[in-house]
Amino acid sequence: MYLSELTALPGVSGNENAVRAYIKKRMEPLCDRIEIDSMGNMMCFKKGTGNTGKTLMLCAHMDEVGLIVSRITEEGFLKFKTVGGIDPRVLVSKRVLIGEEGLPGVIGRKAIHLLTPEERKKAPKVKELYVDFGAKNKKEAEKYVTVGDYIVFDSAYREFGDSLVKTKALDDRVGCGALMELAQEPCTWDICFAFTVQEETGLRGARLCARRVKPDLAVVLEGTTCSDIPGTNSNMVSTRLGGGAAISFVDGTTSFNRQLVSWLYRLGEENQIPVQYKQTATGGNDAGIIHVSAGGILVISISVPARYIHSPSSVISLQDYKAVKDLTKVLMQEVDYADNIENIM
Amino acid sequence: MLTILKTLCETSAAPGNEGAIAKLIAEEVRPYVDEVYTDALGNLIAHKKGTGKKLMFAAHMDEIGLVATCYGEKGQVYVAALGGVTPQTALYQRVRFSGGAEGVLVPDGKLDDIAKNLSLQKMYVDLGAKNEEDAKAKVALGETGVFGGCFALQGDCVISKALDNRSGCAALIYGLQQAKRNVNDLYYVFTVSEELGLRGAKAAAVSIAPDYAVALDVTPTGDVSSTNKRAVSLGEGVAVKIMDRSFIAHPIIKDRMVELCEKHSIPHQLEVLEMGGTDAGAIHLTCGGVPSGCISIPVRYVHTPGEMISAKDLQNAGELAKLLIEEGIE
Amino acid sequence: MKKELIHLAAADGISGFEFSLTEAVKKLMKPYCDSVEADTMGNVIGHIPSENPTAKSVMLEAHIDGIGLMVSGISEEGFLSFVPVGGVDSAVLPGAEVWVYGNEQLFGVIGMKPPHLQTSGRDAAVPIDELVIDVGLSGEEVRNKVKVGDMVCFAESVKALSGKVLSGKSFDDRAGLISLLLCLKALKGKKLPFHLYVVAAVQEEVGLRGAAMVSERLAPDCAFVVDVCHGDTPDGGSESIFKLGSGAVISFGPNIHPYLSSLAKTVAKKEKIKVSYDADGGDTGTDAWAVQVAGMGIPVLLLSIPLRYMHTTVETLHFDDVKAVGDLLSAMLLNLDLEALGCTFQN
Repeated sequence: MYLSELTALPGVSGNENAVRAYIKKRMEPLCDRIEIDSMGNMMCFKKGTGNTGKTLMLCAHMDEVGLIVSRITEEGFLKFKTVGGIDPRVLVSKRVLIGEEGLPGVIGRKAIHLLTPEERKKAPKVKELYVDFGAKNKKEAEKYVTVGDYIVFDSAYREFGDSLVKTKALDDRVGCGALMELAQEPCTWDICFAFTVQEETGLRGARLCARRVKPDLAVVLEGTTCSDIPGTNSNMVSTRLGGGAAISFVDGTTSFNRQLVSWLYRLGEENQIPVQYKQTATGGNDAGIIHVSAGGILVISISVPARYIHSPSSVISLQDYKAVKDLTKVLMQEVDYADNIENIM
Repeated sequence: MLTILKTLCETSAAPGNEGAIAKLIAEEVRPYVDEVYTDALGNLIAHKKGTGKKLMFAAHMDEIGLVATCYGEKGQVYVAALGGVTPQTALYQRVRFSGGAEGVLVPDGKLDDIAKNLSLQKMYVDLGAKNEEDAKAKVALGETGVFGGCFALQGDCVISKALDNRSGCAALIYGLQQAKRNVNDLYYVFTVSEELGLRGAKAAAVSIAPDYAVALDVTPTGDVSSTNKRAVSLGEGVAVKIMDRSFIAHPIIKDRMVELCEKHSIPHQLEVLEMGGTDAGAIHLTCGGVPSGCISIPVRYVHTPGEMISAKDLQNAGELAKLLIEEGIE
Repeated sequence: MKKELIHLAAADGISGFEFSLTEAVKKLMKPYCDSVEADTMGNVIGHIPSENPTAKSVMLEAHIDGIGLMVSGISEEGFLSFVPVGGVDSAVLPGAEVWVYGNEQLFGVIGMKPPHLQTSGRDAAVPIDELVIDVGLSGEEVRNKVKVGDMVCFAESVKALSGKVLSGKSFDDRAGLISLLLCLKALKGKKLPFHLYVVAAVQEEVGLRGAAMVSERLAPDCAFVVDVCHGDTPDGGSESIFKLGSGAVISFGPNIHPYLSSLAKTVAKKEKIKVSYDADGGDTGTDAWAVQVAGMGIPVLLLSIPLRYMHTTVETLHFDDVKAVGDLLSAMLLNLDLEALGCTFQN
């Protein structure tokens, strides 16, 4: 299983090099051809068994949320900006790795004793935080770090509880890992395994893949929010950990084809694969930009529920991860169904 | 035109679920065009061949609506908005799901407690279901619904839900049916999911690659006390759009529209909208830039069950569409 | 080029109404380009072809639209109500002098009700819909001359402050265009191994629209966007703020191709061009954001000129910064290796 290695790699949006290199090396022997575009999206093509002339694009994004150095202070602290959607409240006192060398640092904020009562009540602002990597002053800091260096969470892969995993970047290395493990599964259609960049900065990379590949069906494999923790009203629980592969019927960026969604759910049930619907309409993923690209593309989104997503310690269930792989595998076998989507004409 | 408008308004088409209305419109337009087809997203595209430049008309078929997201133990159906649903307007409205189930959107708790930060999350649809199982039998998760609001005609005034944008659809259907000739190579596109962010138009424009585009949509008026002051009033004519948040009308299109209105004495008004967007906004950015404009039908109380338009304005919009088809854009 | 900047920054042309600038921009580009064309949207594109017709291509881009106002209604008495076009700070509006482009060009002032009559009180910012443009004519005369949708521009020229500091209304982003011209001037007569397009794009202030259109159509192999960034002021803080006169600002981050930002750094060092660095976690808020994902994707670099009081009638900059951007651009083009750029992500 690739997951523990994949999640350990740094891959903040715009700097997915390490992830791409890792995947490329392992995908090369498994597919016919690899294309990498000007933004860094990697498309791995494989001929189908059926000569159908149809293409299935399976997508996962390689990037993760993180930070970027925006200024070095006279004292040698690193001011930063967030890359992707990070709640600043998860940042305080976290360990990070800086730049290509992965220098260890910590995210600092003045101690609680020094905070005024008002400040204690307020969420910290990114502007108030900084990374400390022990430099004495600006001059010394500049020997190791420069503006534009990416910073990634330092968080180990750890299995715990009932087949759960804790680490950073599960969104969306789960998708990347699933794609890699599915690379040898049979499919009548031609397949493009698309490993996209910069999903977290606004679904930026996937549109280029959609335009280049122009698939007949795109399947986006994701890590999605899981809010099954106490205190959440039942109507706000998007997915449940251990509840199986999460199928989206609508989210903030896509309203999915109803016929396809129902079919997929049925496929799961018929094959004894645990499935659940993602029961809130918020959020979004690469499907949002893919379905409106290249004249319109049918899309599906299958997700692994991830608690505490976009934090250094997100949590998934390996059973859900398996369910997503299993469901996608069946989908690949049955993909011809997508030809029969009701055409009102 | 009011007959077709009534039929269109009474057909449900939540964003992403426009199949039924697309079928209806397809039958209306088929005799007047060379081919009719749908794309992967469900956009209905009717092609009428012409020798001139490629002109795309776009009228969106969808209306704001809801989607069932989960059940409560007592048979509640929780929903999320599809498009610009304001909670204050939505409360206690009738909801009709695509499978036929009817319900009422009610507060989840005491109204006084939730009124301050009213949101759809604090409401559910009461189907009269006995329990969760009963609710499941009536409405499936992911099923879409639309609000009630029956069609009424009172003098010049039309009141109905979904006048946004069945008025635009009706005006385009009228224009293409009445036109006796055409210059441009015409694509009449009845788009999907406009209310979710101009999604259908964006995709359709790329596959059609038009030289010019004209959207037909409604525009809010400024003639009642509850609205911002705007120059557009009900009954004062079809509105020629100058600008909204999604695009700035190109002189080629807006000047041509004004010219045709003046030449044929069609009452018209100029529209500057500080917010809002329409399909033209998505289309004009595609294909390296598409000069675009919009025929607007003034509407009061947009996105409520009691949207209100003037039948005369609608007629004028239909006439302008017809003239654009007949006399074309060079 | 300072003279050209002063002239251009004072010219009227807001988003969607750039046609009034087309001729002036064409004239500025002509001395340095083999051909200059305007497209239907008003984007002006200059072309300097390579001797090798199958060579790759590079785009230099700045936007020419400025922020402004648009007439949205005419009162019985002839006062004009208006809406902003682009991100206008409404604080600058009371008392501002404007040109209204009706059938003829009318001078007007933006008036507000006396403070004691305002609904929101003295301490609140004046809502834009409580302001009017007064062109001093009767209702009937105004209706004959002005229509809903007419362009309104700030009546403001460029003034020199102390030293090389200039102040005017549309340095954002006419100063960017001037730096592109400075680059072309420096390259005149030099043979480049790629086609060069220089683009003055429309409608940036309303959503990066012109750049999205042009870059999809031209599909260059790489692009350089020049825009303004925030200059230092006593009240502006220190994050992503740059001293006037401190040179060109090189951007880093997901929006920027790493080969290009790193080349900019190296070239600036070698050529001793004054630069600072800035980083954004995603959207740079400039045309670079649209260019990056146009067509099949375009590697892009953003260079910025520090500017105080952005989106007001007194935008203020240091001319040396405009020059520094031009110098950096021309030096980069002479050192640009498109093959190496293309290989960035291949391994």
